Amino acid sequence: MLPFTLIAAAIALGGLMLPQLIGNPYYFYAGYGVLQYVVIATGWNILGGGAGYTNFGASAFFGGGAYMAALLFKAFDAPLFVQILGAAAAGMLLGVITGYLTLRIQGVYFAIATVALVVMLDTVVQNTEYLGGASGLAVLAAPAPAWFGGQTQYVFCIMLGLACGAVVLARWVEVSWVGRGLRAIKASEPAAEACGVPTLKLKLFACALSGGVMAAAGAPYPTYSAYLDPVSAFNLTIGLNALAMPLIGGTRSWIGPVIGAVLLASVQQIATVTISSEFNILVVGVVLIAFVVAAPEGLLGLVHRSKRKLQPEFGKIDAQTRS
Amino acid sequence: MSEALLQVRGVAKSFGAIKALGPVDLDLGARERLGIIGPNGSGKTTLINCITGFFRPDRGTIVYKGEDITGEPAYIRARKGLARSFQIPRPFTGMTVLENLLVPMDYCIHASEKTERQRAEAVLQSVGLEGQRDALAETLSQLEQRKLELARALAANPQVLIADEAMAGLSNSEIDDILSLLFALNASGVAVIMIEHIMHAVMRFSQRVICLETGRIIAQAPPAEIVRNPKVQKAYFGEQAAHR
Repeated sequence: MLPFTLIAAAIALGGLMLPQLIGNPYYFYAGYGVLQYVVIATGWNILGGGAGYTNFGASAFFGGGAYMAALLFKAFDAPLFVQILGAAAAGMLLGVITGYLTLRIQGVYFAIATVALVVMLDTVVQNTEYLGGASGLAVLAAPAPAWFGGQTQYVFCIMLGLACGAVVLARWVEVSWVGRGLRAIKASEPAAEACGVPTLKLKLFACALSGGVMAAAGAPYPTYSAYLDPVSAFNLTIGLNALAMPLIGGTRSWIGPVIGAVLLASVQQIATVTISSEFNILVVGVVLIAFVVAAPEGLLGLVHRSKRKLQPEFGKIDAQTRS
Repeated sequence: MSEALLQVRGVAKSFGAIKALGPVDLDLGARERLGIIGPNGSGKTTLINCITGFFRPDRGTIVYKGEDITGEPAYIRARKGLARSFQIPRPFTGMTVLENLLVPMDYCIHASEKTERQRAEAVLQSVGLEGQRDALAETLSQLEQRKLELARALAANPQVLIADEAMAGLSNSEIDDILSLLFALNASGVAVIMIEHIMHAVMRFSQRVICLETGRIIAQAPPAEIVRNPKVQKAYFGEQAAHR
C-alpha cells in the first residue's frame, strides 16, 4: 500500500502546479466535474461493489455533504477543510443510521431506504429557511489563495486531493481484511458469518466509509458553484451516475469506478457543451442499459474475459512451436 | 468423567406452529467423532444451526468449553472454535481458493498477512487443493468445492467441526477422500460432528451415533448397535422393517 499511497500523494501535490501551467479556467471547471464523480463513484463502490449493496441515494449523501458544508460556512465561517471534515462525518453518520435500520434484514430494503433518504433530505432542506429552502443559498466563500489564480482552480486542486484520498481508501479496503470480508458477505453472508466475519458490523463500517466519501465529494460544491439549492444538490443524475460509473468501469476493483467516472463524466461534459445538459441523463441511461446487457462486469470484466480467451491460444501456439 | 466440550441442554426450536426441534440434550467430548443421522425433516440442520448460532433456540442452553454461548452470534462462536461446513457448498465466488481461506484467518486468527498466507498454504496442502490456490472458487469441481468448504473451516483453527452433509452427491472414491480428511482432522485434535445420509460413511467414521426423528433424539449408541435399533429402523424403513 505504501508505494500506491505515495504515488497518489505525488499526484495530489503535483496537481498544485497545474494552476501555474494552465491558464484557461474552463479546464479546471470541467476537470472538477470529472474528479467529483471519481470521488462519488469510488465511494459508492466501497459498499455497492464491495458488499453488493446497491445505493440508489448517492445524491442524498452528496447533497447532505454540500448542505453540511454550507451550514458550517454560514454558521461558523468554517474554512473549506473543516467543511469537508464536517461533511464526511455527517455522511458517515447518515450511512451508519441508514445501514443500521435496513441491513439487519437481507434483501432490497437497503436499496429502497436509500431512495427514501433522498426524498427525506430534499424535503427537510426545502423547509429549512436557514439553508435557503427551495430557492437556494448563495455561498460567498473567502477568496482562494493567490497561488491558484481563482476559486475554480482552487476547488479543482481540493477535489484532486479528495479523489486521490478516496482512491487510496478504496484500494486499502480492496486488499485488506475489510475488503475480503465484504466480498465474502457479497458471496454468501451465512458462510461469511461462519468464518468469523461480523457481517452487520462490517456492513455498517462500509456504509460509514461509503457515505463519508460521497458526502466529502459534496462539500466543496457550494464553494465551486457559489450557490446551492435542493435541485442541484439532490439531483437524480448524481444517483444515476454513482451507479453507472462503477458498472461501466467494473465493480471488482478500485480502478473500475475511476475508469467509469473519467469516461462517462468526460462524455457528459462534452455533451453539456455541445448539445445540452439535459442530454446527460439520456447518455447515462443508454450507456447503463448497454453495459448491463453486454458487459455486466464492466470494462475491466471485458479485459479479463479477453485475457482468459487468449490464454488457451497462447498455449496452443507454444505447443506448436515446441513440436 | 471429564466435562464435555459441547453441552446442549433442552434446546428446542419452532417455526410458527411447526415444532422443528426438541427438546434435545447432547454432549460432545474433546476429540470425539459423533455422527448425527435421521430422515429428512428430522431436525438435524436445525440442531446444527442452533449450535452454531444461526438460529436462536426458543428454549435451552448451549455450553461450549464451560461457557454459555446460547445468546452469542454465529461469528463469535466461529471465533471461539466452533466451525461448520454447509450442506450446499458456499464458496466465496470472485475470490481465489487462497483468498477464501484468508477470510476466516483474518477474522478468527488475527496474525500477520505473511503468517496467514503460510498457514493457508499448509491447509490447502492438507486437503489436496494446493494446485488450485489461484483458481477462482466458482471454477472448482464439486469435490474440490467440498474440500474448500472443509479447508475454510479448518483455516479458523477450530476445536469442533460440524460437517453438514459434506459428502452429498459424491462418488464412493470421493467419499473416501473426504473421510480421510475428516479422520486426519480428528487425529489432529478436532472433535467432529458428522451429519450425513450416507450410512456407510457415518458408520465408518463415528464413535457414537445419534438418530433424530421429528426433532427428538430417538436413539444414541455406537454404530454397530444403532443399525439394529428398532426405532431407527422404523424411522428409516417403516413399521414393518422394525418388527422383522
